[in-house]
Amino acid sequence: MITLQWLYIFAGLTFAAFSVLSIADPANPKRLGNTAFWGLLAVSFLFGSYLSDLANGLLVVALAVIAGFKLLGQGKPVTTPPEARQASAERRGDWLFVPALLIPIVALLGALVLDKTVIFGVPLFGPEQPTLIALGLGVVAGLTLAMVWLKPPLLAPLQEGRRLMDSVGWAGVLPQMLASLGAVFVIAGVGDRIGELFTTYLPLDHRLLAVIAYCVGMAVFTFIMGNAFAAFPVMTAAVGLPIVVLQFGGNPAIVCAIGMLAGFCGTLTTPMAANFNVVPAALLDLPDREAPFNGVIRVQIPTAATILIVNITLMYFLAFRF
Amino acid sequence: MWVLLGIAVLVAGFVARLNPLAVILAAAVVTGVAAVIVPGVGVAELGQAALDTISAFGKAFNDYRYISVIWLVLPLIGLLERYGLQERARILISKARGATTGRILLAYFVLRQISAALGQTKLGGHPQMVRPLVAPMAEAAAETRLGPLPDAVRYRIRAHAAAVDNIALFFGEDIFIAIASILLIKGFLEAYGIMVEPLQLSVWAIPTAIAALLVHGTRLVMLDRSLARQMTEAEAGQ
Repeated sequence: MITLQWLYIFAGLTFAAFSVLSIADPANPKRLGNTAFWGLLAVSFLFGSYLSDLANGLLVVALAVIAGFKLLGQGKPVTTPPEARQASAERRGDWLFVPALLIPIVALLGALVLDKTVIFGVPLFGPEQPTLIALGLGVVAGLTLAMVWLKPPLLAPLQEGRRLMDSVGWAGVLPQMLASLGAVFVIAGVGDRIGELFTTYLPLDHRLLAVIAYCVGMAVFTFIMGNAFAAFPVMTAAVGLPIVVLQFGGNPAIVCAIGMLAGFCGTLTTPMAANFNVVPAALLDLPDREAPFNGVIRVQIPTAATILIVNITLMYFLAFRF
Repeated sequence: MWVLLGIAVLVAGFVARLNPLAVILAAAVVTGVAAVIVPGVGVAELGQAALDTISAFGKAFNDYRYISVIWLVLPLIGLLERYGLQERARILISKARGATTGRILLAYFVLRQISAALGQTKLGGHPQMVRPLVAPMAEAAAETRLGPLPDAVRYRIRAHAAAVDNIALFFGEDIFIAIASILLIKGFLEAYGIMVEPLQLSVWAIPTAIAALLVHGTRLVMLDRSLARQMTEAEAGQ
C-alpha cells in the first residue's frame, strides 16, 4: 500500500538534497541559511511524526527566525544558457511537454483507477490524500521519462529543483504556516468572538440586510483568516443559519452553498491565502511579490467584487423561492 | 475579546512588511496567551500558555505537511526548463494563428473550470501548469502581436495567468459533489439536524460558476485591447 508517509519520505529526501547542495553553492553568500531552512523542512518531513509537539513547534520557531532575520539567499546552480534552451526547444519539439503533462495525466488516472485498485486484498493507495499520492506518482513517472530521454547529469533535477525552490524561498512554507495559525485560532475561539461582534452590532431586521451581512461577512472573515473553510462554520452559525435560514425561511442548501462561494471572493483578495495569491507571485518572479496586495491580488479584485455582488443577488432571489 | 489581539498583530505585521513567517508565529503566540488572560493571572500561567501554543502550532504544522508536498513537482519542472520547456511553449503559441493572450487565458479558464467541476482539482495549479506553460504561452502571444514587451506589461500578463488558475478553480470545484467544501457544508448542517445531499448543494454552485465565467471571461476578452493600449502608453511615455 502506497501511503502518505511514502510521499513524506520522498519530500523529506528532496528537501535534504536541496539543503546539502546549498552548502556547496559559492554563488549564494547566505548559503548556510538555505542549508538550515531546507534542512529543517527535511527533518519535519522525515521525522515530524516521531517528534513531540513542542519539538515540532520549536522547529517552526527556527524556520521563522531564519526567515525573519533574512538569512535566506538565492542559490545559483549551474544551468543552461537561454541560447541552449532555445536550440533544445527547437530540436526536441513538442515532446518536451510530455513529461510535464504526465503529472496531471497520472493524477487523473490515480484518482479514477488506482485509488480504487485492490491488489491481493490490499488497497493500492492509503486512505489519506489519495490525489496527492497520485500527484507524487505522476512526478516519478515524469522524472523517469525525462531522465531516460534527456540524459541530464544525475544531479540536474535536484539542482534545477533547488533553483526554483530558492526563488520561491520562505513563501514555500507560508500556506502550511497559515493553516497552522488557523488551528490555533480555533483552539482560542477567535471565530466565535468575531461572530458575536457581527450579531451584536448589525441590525439584521430585513431579509436583504441579512443576506448582505452573511455574504459580506463570509468574504471579510475569509479575508482575515485566508480560508473560507475557517470562516464558514463561524459566520453560518452566527448569521447564516439563525437569521437567513431560521428567521427568514431561506433554503439551507442554497444559503450555505452560495455563502461558501461568497467566502471564496474573499480568498481572491487576501495575502493570507498564500498558496493561491503569494506563492504564484513568487513562482512567476513578480517584482511586487512581497507587497501586501501584489499583482495577482490586484488582478483578482474586480472579478471578486463583481462575483460577490452576484452571489448576494443570487442568494436573495433563489434562497426564499426554492 | 482579548483573543482578537492576534489578528491585530497579524495586520500590523503585514502593514509593517515584516517577514510573514515570523508575523504568523507571533500572532499565534499572542492569540494563545491572550486566550488565558483573566483578572489576576500570573506570569507563570502566561508563559505556560505561550509554550502550549507553540506545541499546538507544531502539532498543526506537522499535521498539515501535505500542503507543502506540492514542491515535489519542482525538480521535474526545473529539469524540463533546462531543456527549453518555456521556450517550446512560446514557439507553439507563436506558430498558432489567432492565438492572443486573452484567448489563451480564456481557453485555460474553461478547461480548468470544467476539470475542477469534475473533481480534478490537481490538473492545474501554479507550479505545474502556470509557471511552465500557461504564463509563457500568454506572454508569447502578446510578443507575437505587439513586439517586445515592457516589464510592466509582462508582469501584468503573468499576474493574469496566475489569477485565471485561481478563479476557474474556486468557481468550478464546488460543482463536484465530493469536494472538501461541499462535505464541510454537509457535515456542518448535519450537526444542526439538517440533512442535505451533496448534490443539492453542488447544483446551487452552478449559477455562480456561470457568472464567474461570464464576468472573468469578459475581462479576458477585453484584456488584449487593454494590453495594446498599455503598450502604446508605455511607448509614448518613453
